[in-house]
Amino acid sequence: MSADLVRLIVDAVQEQCEGRGSTVAAADLGPETPLLGRAGVLDSLGLVTLVVALEQTLEDEYGVSVSLADERALSERKSPFRTIGTLADYAERLIDGARQRA
Amino acid sequence: MPDVVTLVTGTRKGIGRALAEHYVRAGHCVVGCSRTEVDWTLEGYAHHRADVADERAVKELFTEIRRKYGRLDHLINNAGVASMNHSLLTPLSTVHKVLDTNVVGTFLVSREAAKLMATNGFGRIVNLTTVALALRLEGEAIYVASKAAVLGLTQVLARELAGLGITVNAIGPVPVDTDLIGSVPKDKIERIVRQQAIPRMGTAEDIANVIDFYLRKESGFITGQHLVLGGL
Repeated sequence: MSADLVRLIVDAVQEQCEGRGSTVAAADLGPETPLLGRAGVLDSLGLVTLVVALEQTLEDEYGVSVSLADERALSERKSPFRTIGTLADYAERLIDGARQRA
Repeated sequence: MPDVVTLVTGTRKGIGRALAEHYVRAGHCVVGCSRTEVDWTLEGYAHHRADVADERAVKELFTEIRRKYGRLDHLINNAGVASMNHSLLTPLSTVHKVLDTNVVGTFLVSREAAKLMATNGFGRIVNLTTVALALRLEGEAIYVASKAAVLGLTQVLARELAGLGITVNAIGPVPVDTDLIGSVPKDKIERIVRQQAIPRMGTAEDIANVIDFYLRKESGFITGQHLVLGGL
């Protein structure tokens, strides 16, 4: 798992939480932090805005356009958005795939 | 950075071109796209070659808009193709072509537009349907089905995007003298026009007038609506 991607996602999650009126310290966020579900730090609209912000950040930082949309997005068992770590792994695969296609 | 950025799809000719010119006159920075290059230029207008049904081309278009302008305020989903034929004489390739441009294209462009609009917490999306939908016009089964899907998209997207400050509305134009209806027999157009409360052809100005209303900042409480011109 890329530490850089985890950091980017932690920053984006923190920004989303602040934008929606809840305070989460960056130190409390890490690869194991659940994004969705009862223990998750985001609601469904928060997840949508996180995905939007992340796609733009990934394009700026990595120079590739990826679509994080996934049909399993809201599935608690299979979703790549389960935790910050699963999202970092998923983003890494998409970035690698986009670079290979380029 | 410009104050207002408006994207109009399908600007090569007809209503799309007229809308691009209208919003340039209104002081917007207008971005347009079509599958082929345009044979006209206008100060305040930037053209991109993109097929709205091609996900990669659409994403590239939005990367360009984001880098160049950093924002998108309005999207007018005008790009569309029609097929005037009896359903029993309609080949599958035509079905795919109509659905790809009208439904898939509207979805893809709206999805990418909403992502950019969401970053500013403001956006207006306007989709074009057709009077043929209200009239359940025979001979246009796939075209009407595609525009029924556009209306469905309008109504669901209105709900999904409301929390992001984005409204989504639709307008159903009556026949306007463009290439889109070029292949429709004159007597059929006259029959449509006679069914309207105000029996005349529409103009690009009629369409722009409704879109102006949807785009206004004061129209933030109006979403998921479908306004058909001509009194149908």
